[in-house]
Amino acid sequence: MMDAVQQDKAQELMQQTAALVEQASQDEFQDLQQFLTFVMEGEEYGIDILNVQEIRGWGNVTPIPNAPDHVSGVINLRGAIVPVIDLRVMFSLGDVRFDENTVVIVLKVENERVNRIMGIVVDAVSDVFSLAEDDKRPPPNVNQSVSQKYINGLTEVKGKMVILLDCEKLLDIENH
Amino acid sequence: MSIDLSQFHAVFFEESFEGLDVMENALLDIQPEDPDVELINSIFRAAHSIKGGSGTFGFTQVSEFTHILETLLDKIREGEEKLEPESVDLFLQSVDCLRAMLEALQAEADVDTTRADELSAMFQAILDGASAASVAGSVVAPVVAEENQPAVAEAAQQAAAAAADSASPAGYQISFNPEGDMLRGGNDPVRMLRELATLGDLSTTPDVSQLPDLAQLEADKVYLSWHMQLQGDADEEDVREVFEWVEDECELDISPLAPSPAADAAAVAPDAGLVAQGEAAATVAVDAEKSQADADKVARAEAAGTKLVMPSAAPADAAKSPAKAAPARSPARAGKVEASSIRVGIDKVDSLINLVGELVITQSMLGQMGGAGEVINEDHIANLREGLVQLEQNTRELQDSVMRIRMLPISFAFNRFPRMVRDISMQLGKKVNLEMHGEQTELDKTVMEKISDPMVHLIRNALDHGIETPEERTAAGKPEAGTIVLNAFHQGGNIVIEMIDDGSGINTDKLLAKARANGMVGEQEQLNEEQKLDLLFAPGVSTVEEVSDLSGRGVGMDVVRRNMQELNGSVEVETEVGTGTTFRIRLPLTLAILDGQLVTVADQTYIFPLVAISESLQIDRDRVSNVAGGSDVYNLRDEYIPILTLDSLFGLRTESLSYDESLLVVVETEGMKVGVVVDDLMAQQQVVIKSLEENYTRVTGVSGATILGDGTVAMIIDVVGLINLAGNDVVQASKAAGSAA
Repeated sequence: MMDAVQQDKAQELMQQTAALVEQASQDEFQDLQQFLTFVMEGEEYGIDILNVQEIRGWGNVTPIPNAPDHVSGVINLRGAIVPVIDLRVMFSLGDVRFDENTVVIVLKVENERVNRIMGIVVDAVSDVFSLAEDDKRPPPNVNQSVSQKYINGLTEVKGKMVILLDCEKLLDIENH
Repeated sequence: MSIDLSQFHAVFFEESFEGLDVMENALLDIQPEDPDVELINSIFRAAHSIKGGSGTFGFTQVSEFTHILETLLDKIREGEEKLEPESVDLFLQSVDCLRAMLEALQAEADVDTTRADELSAMFQAILDGASAASVAGSVVAPVVAEENQPAVAEAAQQAAAAAADSASPAGYQISFNPEGDMLRGGNDPVRMLRELATLGDLSTTPDVSQLPDLAQLEADKVYLSWHMQLQGDADEEDVREVFEWVEDECELDISPLAPSPAADAAAVAPDAGLVAQGEAAATVAVDAEKSQADADKVARAEAAGTKLVMPSAAPADAAKSPAKAAPARSPARAGKVEASSIRVGIDKVDSLINLVGELVITQSMLGQMGGAGEVINEDHIANLREGLVQLEQNTRELQDSVMRIRMLPISFAFNRFPRMVRDISMQLGKKVNLEMHGEQTELDKTVMEKISDPMVHLIRNALDHGIETPEERTAAGKPEAGTIVLNAFHQGGNIVIEMIDDGSGINTDKLLAKARANGMVGEQEQLNEEQKLDLLFAPGVSTVEEVSDLSGRGVGMDVVRRNMQELNGSVEVETEVGTGTTFRIRLPLTLAILDGQLVTVADQTYIFPLVAISESLQIDRDRVSNVAGGSDVYNLRDEYIPILTLDSLFGLRTESLSYDESLLVVVETEGMKVGVVVDDLMAQQQVVIKSLEENYTRVTGVSGATILGDGTVAMIIDVVGLINLAGNDVVQASKAAGSAA
């Protein structure tokens, strides 16, 4: 009789443990995707923080001959020549201003398709937040603009919509 | 315990190629009539290590071939065999052959052993021939008798088999007792046993009596010994060879098995110690199928015959080999070999470590100053200044040191030339001495790789067209042997390589005639000496009447010049008919640094490679004219060159400055000549070339970027790209201007 009670107890504990382990691994795999958000024309955009190498002030950009309008030029990043694209021009966000908040976010993607470092010019950086895969919404398919293909998904943080961008596609200059 | 040997392959190949270079150089230096023992030793050592290495890695084709080379070398070293000029040729060919085999192995391709087999046969013939000649008939008889043995043995065996119906084949009883330390020397008994097993039917009985308790056992000691029976008709020499590397480290006892009369007979052979010689002589004897006395004669005749054939065959082979070897080698080279390693002198690494040490000290000195809560005072500022000065110096020295790592002495490129000169001059029946100076002059590895082929081309030309035959030379009152001098030295930020021959010089009038015949120069056009000589680099011009294997097809010199220009270098030629020709190649020391002319256009700084600029001038408005609404041209000393504006080509600004406010930079490259309008000329300075493609894409008209002293980025102009950017009309016009120049 005692044995049966103990057995039940043990089984219950085992189940609890398994549930905890499951929960923990879910946390690990899903909840820890962090995003850096930035602002352009009042809208918030987010990029995977693992692709962000650093954030710099705007300045000293050398234009590249015959480059598309959205390619501002190249900068000297500690000896490396790094191109900078103006995301506001690329997404046709109208008024392009350069003030003390204007920053260059240096992104790095290293895989077999794209392997490069590049900077993007945005109005200002804003926040870092974590996001579970479940909280990502697919982008609405109404907008037929070119910028559509760079959008990875939408989400809501603190009651505000954040547009998540696909870093790899952003940096794939050849296929812009 | 199994080790992945493939990780050592790269080292083995590198060392083997070095070994081959050593062999080649020693062979070229050696005087057959009075061979220097030290030279022979160094050849022997190189061959020996290649054999050892290839054996370890299982490259049996290579090790077998080197083995026979080594045998002959050993005899020569011991004075048992004489070194003949023909043997030197054969050895040189074997070096080529080995190199080809190793390259094939390196590329993981199939090894073609036909050449190796041919050469092996010739070496074997020398070995046999010599023994037959020196020891005369007395040896031949036993040898032949011995060689009848297999037949005898077989017969005996058959008889025995018929009688007893259970005759076992011959074999060896081997007792192998390695010393405990054998493994530490890198020799693994298991590998030897495995190799032994390939020679026949092997049965082993390990002796475990020496094995200690597990607690006492040292993992890297050998406690076992083996008693083995090897059944089969292997030669004792082969069996012994398995243990060759460990002879001093073991007790080894090899005795023949004696179960049948056949084995007895076989046992005599190893005792006589003549197996190797006997084998080949046997083929002679068996082929002849004659009586013993006849065989004696035939053996001698055959041996002598091979020797007689060789002198005539050798030069022909040598002549063919460069041509043959080249195409065969190139695929292998193009493959894996490209991503090669670089050997750096330890002194360079040491100096780098020293510098990094200093850098760390400077860093900590500067770091102390920024300590928490410290008030910055005047002392601090003085220290800070000092620290920054040190830092600057460290950085500059570090940069120099890192650059130096890529620098190799030019002897790496020069080393192949003695052999080439020797082979080609032999083929052409000319006598040529090659002198080399400044072999220690260093230059960038990448540059070195790219100048090698153009230099080969120049030297071939010099041998073929420059140097005359001995008869012609004597007639002209020159020494019979011509001289080619290779000279390398540093000059400013450049390396200069001179190639001087004392041959017949270049007949510029012939060049002109040829160019006229080709329609490259108009009949009425008059050219000065310099312009005539420049025709040498035009495609399709050759002054030789007869086209030879080597040169004279009129392709090449244009390629040479283009290669040099790709490296931002130049090639000049000076010649005097009857006295000789000098080619002077001038190259930047490294590809990463460029001599640049800074210019500004629309507040941006651009850089022209200095070598491309022929002149810069203020624009005389009267000399500018417009061609039918198209591009403007500039009348420069009665020559019309197209004008390009960076403004419009690069889309920099809508309103260009007027010509009066601008300057014209005249650039010339690849036979094209244009004037580029810029706002202002700035300093000339060396700039470090950085890739734009790494993080961006290729940009037409720009070859790269650099970082200026103030930290900003500036684009380096690619003149050819710029002209192409301007469009087809300009390309045509600039070519016209360039060729008229």
